[in-house]
Amino acid sequence: MQEPYSAQEPYAIEMLHITKRFPGIIANDDVTIQLRKGEIHALLGENGAGKSTLMSVLFGLYQAEEGEIRKDGKTVHINNPNDANELGIGMVHQHFKLVQCFSVLDNIILGAETVKNGFLQKDEARKKVLALSEKYGLQIDPDAKISDITVGMQQRTEILKMLYRDNEILIFDEPTAVLTPQEIEELMQIMKNLIAEGKSILFISHKLNEIMEVADRVSVLRKGKYIGTVNVADVDEAELSRMMVGRDVQLKVDKDEAKPGEVILDVQGLTLASKEHKKNAVNNVSFNVRAGEIVCIAGIDGNGQTELVYGLTGLENPTSGSVKVCGRDITHASIRKRADLVAHIPEDRHKHGLVLDYPLEYNMILQRYYEPQFTSKFGFLKRKEIREYSDRLIEEYDVRSGQGSITTTRAMSGGNQQKAIIAREIDRGLKFLIAVQPTRGLDVGAIENIHAQLVAERDKGCAILLVSLELSEVMNVSDRILVMYEGEIVGELDPKKTTTEELGLYMAGAKRDPQFQKGRG
Amino acid sequence: MKENKGFFGKPGVQTIMASLICIVIGLFFGFLVLLLIHPQGAWDSIVTIILNFITRSSGPAKIKALGNTLVKTSPLLMCALSVCFCYKVGLFNIGAAGQYEAGAGIALFAALGWGLPWWVCLILAGLAGALLGCISGALKAYRNVNEVISGIMLNWITLYLVNMILTKVKDPASPYTLPLAATNPKAVIPGAGLPAFFANNRYVTLAIPLAVIIAIAIWVVLNKTVFGYELRATGFNKEAARYAGMAEKKNIIVTLAIGGALAGVGAAFLFLTGYQQWTTTQTSVPGMGFNGIAATFLGGLNPIGTIFSSFFIQQITDGGALIDKAVYPSQISDLISALIVYLCGFTMFFRLIIANKLARKGGSK
Repeated sequence: MQEPYSAQEPYAIEMLHITKRFPGIIANDDVTIQLRKGEIHALLGENGAGKSTLMSVLFGLYQAEEGEIRKDGKTVHINNPNDANELGIGMVHQHFKLVQCFSVLDNIILGAETVKNGFLQKDEARKKVLALSEKYGLQIDPDAKISDITVGMQQRTEILKMLYRDNEILIFDEPTAVLTPQEIEELMQIMKNLIAEGKSILFISHKLNEIMEVADRVSVLRKGKYIGTVNVADVDEAELSRMMVGRDVQLKVDKDEAKPGEVILDVQGLTLASKEHKKNAVNNVSFNVRAGEIVCIAGIDGNGQTELVYGLTGLENPTSGSVKVCGRDITHASIRKRADLVAHIPEDRHKHGLVLDYPLEYNMILQRYYEPQFTSKFGFLKRKEIREYSDRLIEEYDVRSGQGSITTTRAMSGGNQQKAIIAREIDRGLKFLIAVQPTRGLDVGAIENIHAQLVAERDKGCAILLVSLELSEVMNVSDRILVMYEGEIVGELDPKKTTTEELGLYMAGAKRDPQFQKGRG
Repeated sequence: MKENKGFFGKPGVQTIMASLICIVIGLFFGFLVLLLIHPQGAWDSIVTIILNFITRSSGPAKIKALGNTLVKTSPLLMCALSVCFCYKVGLFNIGAAGQYEAGAGIALFAALGWGLPWWVCLILAGLAGALLGCISGALKAYRNVNEVISGIMLNWITLYLVNMILTKVKDPASPYTLPLAATNPKAVIPGAGLPAFFANNRYVTLAIPLAVIIAIAIWVVLNKTVFGYELRATGFNKEAARYAGMAEKKNIIVTLAIGGALAGVGAAFLFLTGYQQWTTTQTSVPGMGFNGIAATFLGGLNPIGTIFSSFFIQQITDGGALIDKAVYPSQISDLISALIVYLCGFTMFFRLIIANKLARKGGSK
């Protein structure tokens, strides 16, 4: 399976036969990972495959029941993140751990400050940071506030945090999820620079193309089990995805030409104020979605997509403009008043989509509990009808859970929680569906399933507005792409005619279709 | 093992176990304090506190004392329901004390000043409490004022307001309000034959069964109705409630109004029996509302559970009044219930221990 590694040079990190159990589940079942010095070792697996758990064990957040960890061939015990840090293990988390109102420099030195007589010695720190930034090609402005800089620069700050602590083993947890294509290119280069300087990298990802590009070897996990380690040079994407999922996966979405019908959603000059800054979060946006087409809003996270959806669904009140669905003006209608027009798969399933402490059946009726089919004349819940309805959705949409309808929603996996939301929203049978990042954090199998359902709804004549940060999703699922940049639509693209590079230029604000004039800000 | 898990594995059973552990540890610490103050009588005193009415000399005396404890349990239960109901919606109704004062003030004034019958006084007391709840609720919903802060402020405002109003119907020679039965017999909640079961304790009235019925009704509303579905959804996840089109602002106000009404009626349940008169010179917020918080948590945040926890807290409070005052301060029972409440903070912790123990047992087999 893998060629012997020179015995003279011990592995940078070895995790041998790690087993970690949680009540009712084995998160890691006899997993072995060996990281060579100076390599980029990818850790590939679907969501829930146990990647995060394994890294948490390495980082000292969990203790494994079985197995051992070795550094440079010697057994070590990592009981908490401080131990990990002392062993030179650093991690860039998927969600950055930065203090928003601190400067880049302050964030880098936080927790590892040089202090003399109780006073910070920032000058020394600054010199070290600037030297590191030069050495590895990590461009940053040490005095900029985190809240003012791009996501790419925030990530570079996180990387510098590790380097500042002289970490030798760097863990990158899904680092490209929030980046533009151009920023991803840069990151890949940075990772190569780090390797050239003798660092070792564990790169967690489920994006096959990135692994193919940058990693030397890849270890695959599936459902907590170790599947194998292969040289990237010896495999192709199809083989990797087979290892990851355990079967052949349709990487391309199978769909026919869209047959757009009448206009369902009509948005004119929609503007929403921002809660964070003085500029408008959504500025003078106009577009429409027709029956039987999937229109995708592409863009980098934080360019007004969230607020646009809030405006369409009634979670926030627009300052100007109009929203019409099926000819009815709902610009200022309450959420309940638009319940018969707008189905909404929300961006954040835990914040908006579910009451996690409710049983699954109660979440299945969250959008229609007040309808006569679930509510008796005297205001009592019709328990039998609710159970039947929920059981039907579970069956039809293959929502898996421990105890079916009565499972506490919190106890379900993220993928099945998302499936429950999708079942609930699609089953409302409305003409207009907003799906915001419907596949975020889901594994390839679940993504395939959800995409197929969206396409099926489209073919039934539903107008679908898809908001996605995932380029492959944007390119594969949509019939029409609208790119949002800084609260405005800057281009309309045909997914069949454009390329990811062109899309990236629009997303980064480097290109703008003259047909979409600049708004008044 | 299977049956074992079936019984002790149930969340409800675990909650009750956890509450019992709180009680035992609380009593133990109370005993330690008694020991420190005066070792000789400590054991007898802690027994007295627990047994309360059972320590009385004769059978009828015991029954009569039990009746008195029940009379005071019903307002406590109502305050506990008030706190419990709001808590389910994610609101901490510390204003129950003030709503209780408002209920007492209006009920007594309507009875003594206007000569109205008991049921009208009861309704007015509920409305007064609801009004106070509305104020806190509106401040919370529209201005995001924390209901704890506005509740505490209103507790004091209401206390002095009620003192002022009730001065008009007070006994000229004392700070107490006029005796109820003598001034307006119509305003006394009817006993409906109940006193006969309690050695002719005339303070035992319909208030007691009513409070229990209301507790059950609250449980039904929370768990079986659409209204309860909405309220609990709002309590668990406000954002999801909004996403589902629930009127979350309205729900906050309605919840606190209902909580207020419960506490207000609770006050009427006590003062309209004639068991107690309002002291118009009092300068501290009555403990009933705060004890309600204790009973809520000890009752496992369950309306049915609060029936029992309210009785228990009233039981040890009355028991505390029976111990030798020359040696021990009667506040010892307050101390014990405070300890128990404090320990209730660990209820989840105890539940976890019980659950873990079970899991380990299950694993070893």
